[in-house]
Amino acid sequence: MEQFIQPINLIGPSLLVPLLPLLGFILLIFFGKQLKTLGPWIASLLVLGSFVLSVYIFSSLGNENNLDYDLFTWLRWGDVSLNFGILIDPLSLIMLLVVTGIGFLIHLYSIGYMHHDEGFVRFFAYLNLFIFFMLLLVMGNSYLVMFIGWEGVGLCSYLLIGFWFTNDAYNDAAKKAFIMNRIGDLGFLLGMFFMLFYLGGLDYATVLGNASTMEKGAPILIAITLLMFVGAMGKSAQIPLYTWLPDAMAGPTPVSALIHAATMVTAGIYMIVRSNILYSLAPFTLEIVMWVGVATSLFAAIIGIKQNDIKKVLAYSTVSQLGLMFAALGLGAYTSGMFHVVTHAFFKALLFLGAGSVIHAMGGEQDMRRMGGLWKYIRLTAITFLIGTLAISGIFPFAGFFSKDEILAAAFHHKIVWVLLSVSSMITAFYMFRLFFLTFFTTFRGTEEEKHHLHESPWTMTLPLAVLALFAIGAGFLGMPSVMHMPHWFNGFLAPVVETSKTILGESHHVDHSTEIMLMLVATALAISSIIFAYVVYLNRKSIPEQDEETKGFAKWVSNKFYIDELYDRVIVKPIMVLSDIFHVVVDKLIIDLFVNASAWMVGFTGRTLRLVQTGNTGFYIFVMVIAMMVLLLIQLVQ
Amino acid sequence: MKEVITNTPPQNWYLVLSTLLFSIGVMGVLLRRNAIIILMCIELMLNSVNLLLVSFSAYAGNTDGQVFVFFIMVVAAAEVAVGLALLVSIYRNLGSTDIDVLSKLKG
Repeated sequence: MEQFIQPINLIGPSLLVPLLPLLGFILLIFFGKQLKTLGPWIASLLVLGSFVLSVYIFSSLGNENNLDYDLFTWLRWGDVSLNFGILIDPLSLIMLLVVTGIGFLIHLYSIGYMHHDEGFVRFFAYLNLFIFFMLLLVMGNSYLVMFIGWEGVGLCSYLLIGFWFTNDAYNDAAKKAFIMNRIGDLGFLLGMFFMLFYLGGLDYATVLGNASTMEKGAPILIAITLLMFVGAMGKSAQIPLYTWLPDAMAGPTPVSALIHAATMVTAGIYMIVRSNILYSLAPFTLEIVMWVGVATSLFAAIIGIKQNDIKKVLAYSTVSQLGLMFAALGLGAYTSGMFHVVTHAFFKALLFLGAGSVIHAMGGEQDMRRMGGLWKYIRLTAITFLIGTLAISGIFPFAGFFSKDEILAAAFHHKIVWVLLSVSSMITAFYMFRLFFLTFFTTFRGTEEEKHHLHESPWTMTLPLAVLALFAIGAGFLGMPSVMHMPHWFNGFLAPVVETSKTILGESHHVDHSTEIMLMLVATALAISSIIFAYVVYLNRKSIPEQDEETKGFAKWVSNKFYIDELYDRVIVKPIMVLSDIFHVVVDKLIIDLFVNASAWMVGFTGRTLRLVQTGNTGFYIFVMVIAMMVLLLIQLVQ
Repeated sequence: MKEVITNTPPQNWYLVLSTLLFSIGVMGVLLRRNAIIILMCIELMLNSVNLLLVSFSAYAGNTDGQVFVFFIMVVAAAEVAVGLALLVSIYRNLGSTDIDVLSKLKG
């Protein structure tokens, strides 16, 4: 990496960016009771402050210059020293803007959504803590700092999934998320150990610099990248570690929007883009990343078809979209993957918040079979939701179209991948419109009481929806395809980050303009045909998904998520339970207890035996005394 | 002083006498069951040692031993007073001075 002049004047503001939400967390945790309803507003404004600072840094730093600043040395031994520092480059800038911007909108939304909740203030404390850790994750200048953030967001995710901790099922979901993430974290940790050992450090400059001197496909690079990818699998919910994300919907809806759709789950993608040089040097890993991404994308999309919980559909769609992003990374299209992260952050946050607004209107009901006809009751929510749905389906000119198209174009040289991803996008369009039609059209299927309760949400909730809808429309124009003869701002901005990878990967599969137009038309045609299909099934025929017990055959498999949870339960959870039972009975009860009890018994036995010496017979005592004296005397004489 | 010593019996006699007295004391302590007798036997052992001390002192021509014996006698008198007081107390409580009765400390 080239060394630029440090923009010293930006150090202060860039430190404030993560510190403001941390301040908010401290304030709310310790003085939440005194602040009362003011607390959440303070929390939101602090995140807004971070956003404003990020915009300021963004405008004054640009993409030519980096801020790489070590705050202090954390550990030092031998010639290795681990520093705690921050790095602001185009990649972290993009993430900063997304995290603080969407973070602020979701804070604002939560003020309306969580208003009646007992844990109103606690909720905002956790949210602020999450923003802090997420910012740490994207701002660190070493894998170590990233790892702190990585663990921190995992913790916040756990706290927020189990936010309603009186419900056991929610607590189980929280534990599941935490444990699954932990499996991934182990990979991340091992990857870091390897880096420390073979690449001489943990900060990006050292690791990436040393890695680029190694030969392409070196085994150690493959090992490191695979281990790091295991971390990404956990955090970003890829096969086989994805099952926690749908369960994570137990948390309040704003949490699903912020953590489990827009920001935290994209940390894995951020990590890979951040280490793109490592991955480009390990083609084998890239291949794996690609196939895992493709498989996840398709698999989750299929499951999404048969889900009836509005949030579960969105959750599987998130898993599917994340798979799409990983497929892009695996194809070496790092900027396209990152572009989809950004557009997805907007429209998926929008969709989740919209779903939250629907749930709010329905008074807590999440089953789509009991909704319907909501269009005329909550018009604003419905319109913004439609925008989000169009965006995720990849309809021109909404944001999803551009980023998805870019990924599909990158996949075109790899025909099978291209076909599979196209199918996955097609299914996405279908289940999203299934969700949309079931929720907002035909007649209301809920109870009279719920019908009476239907109302549009307060402005704190609708304003974020409107803003996100604007971005869901507009964000795509940041990355115009070359066929439109417009600058691709996004790729240009990120170019310095992936420069080295470009030269490592060599030939790029640029499709010519006519092919590109053809690809767009095919993608759009597939999406529209899915929409029409959904229209026919759910609007014309007005069919409503059957009750759970009525499903049969393949549909039953799909609606039960292919029994993956049950499979994991059988293959992993149950054997571990049996194993722990064995340990309990054999190791604990038999072996360890044996030692403990035996030593206690020994003490008792010695006591019981020696007690007999105390006969209480004075004559005997005297006798022993005399004998002892004689013995002492004898010893004296012998010596 | 030297003349006095020349007229006295050989020191071995004192040693034999002292050993005899001490052994009688030991056997008394070991064999008798009456606490008073045992106390007396202890006194006997003590005084056999006193005798030994005095005889050694006389033969060595050093009076330190004899001074020491006076001290021992004073302390022994005090000790006997305490010991007898204990015995009286034991007798009042148990109605006996047989040491076999004193077995409350049996473990």
